[in-house]
Amino acid sequence: MTTEGNTQLLVETLVAQRDDFLAQWTSTVGEDLQGRLSKAELGHELSELYEAILGALTASGLDGRGEHFAETRSLLIELSRNRARRGFTSTETARSVFALKEVLEPSLAGDEQGAQAYLQFARLLDDLGLLTTEAYIRTREEIISSQAEQLLELATPVVKLWDGVVGVPLVGTLDSARTQVVMEKLLQTLVDTNSTHAIIDITGVPTVDTQVAQHLLKTVVAARMMGAQCTISGIRPQIAQTIVALGIEFGDIPTNASLSDALRQALKEVALDADDDVRGLL
Amino acid sequence: MNDYGAVSASVETVPVANSSDVVTARQMVRTLAQRTGLSLVHQTKLVTAASELGRNMLIHGGGGVVRATTVADGGRSGIFVEFQDQGPGIPDIELALTDGWTSGNGMGLGLSGAKRLVDEFEIESGSGGTTVRIVKWGR
Repeated sequence: MTTEGNTQLLVETLVAQRDDFLAQWTSTVGEDLQGRLSKAELGHELSELYEAILGALTASGLDGRGEHFAETRSLLIELSRNRARRGFTSTETARSVFALKEVLEPSLAGDEQGAQAYLQFARLLDDLGLLTTEAYIRTREEIISSQAEQLLELATPVVKLWDGVVGVPLVGTLDSARTQVVMEKLLQTLVDTNSTHAIIDITGVPTVDTQVAQHLLKTVVAARMMGAQCTISGIRPQIAQTIVALGIEFGDIPTNASLSDALRQALKEVALDADDDVRGLL
Repeated sequence: MNDYGAVSASVETVPVANSSDVVTARQMVRTLAQRTGLSLVHQTKLVTAASELGRNMLIHGGGGVVRATTVADGGRSGIFVEFQDQGPGIPDIELALTDGWTSGNGMGLGLSGAKRLVDEFEIESGSGGTTVRIVKWGR
């Protein structure tokens, strides 16, 4: 009994009982997914896959990595990407492939040659199942990294608080990438709004360690180089004590406990500047 | 450092291989500190120290493992955290613990600052790597 013989048996069985197998496969997978995918859609997906596997088997046998399986692989990758985007688990995705084994088992496992063919086909399906998991994970990683980028943009707004005063409410962890985004946005907003005062609020930053402090200081220095006064607000009692114990010195950078204090101070200075401007003109 | 018996049998472990793992380790320590009932100031100090030491481990030791557990001594309970890496080690610990001395481009306050933030601090370093152990007691 050769591998060719087994392949031939498989192809014959798959062709002869096509409708039965497809119906069973669709219903097994459908039960797994608990109706979260429409029966028509699932049926269409699986019949395409069935034909692709059958075609490749007829052409080249059981080598799942061969070029004849290219269509099967691309169908599976597409299927996995869809499942990943729609929130199915990787197990559910891989089971879509493995379920075909259960469907074929009763028809093949009866005699020795059938059992052998079944085992070889099962190995092929294992390979294809692994492929879905791989594609599923890759898609999820793509989703995560694009979300992280979106979050970076979302989490760093620069808002105009008053004429001449902009605010940066920071929330979460301040790493190098975010500092860069914050700094760029702040400096650009200072220019765009013609502001002279900036308030960086760290009420939403849970941990201020030396790295965060260093990033804050750099941002303040950059804003100052553009002629803006920069205040850090939202220093809570526990953060103040931690910063002192760490030994970080903020130097002559003004800090405040609350955003409202910082805003009041900034408004006073803006008013003073305006007064000076008027006197200068007279 | 005294050998304090762990109150809970479970030791929380976080492997650190990149900077988001440092955040994970920090969150793990914060959760533990909250559960043990440390005050907000003590929590913040401990978490900040964990952040410094975790990042040191990543930058200088090429990553490692953070282990944390609740410990008790007499009537008080606290958090024990261990940072272990297989990096090249610290050649001169005394120098590394000096304020303002940095081997990279940081502020040079991470190690010495972390020591000031906790109640007990122990550092072991050799060519096989560096281990830092800290304890923060709740009061």
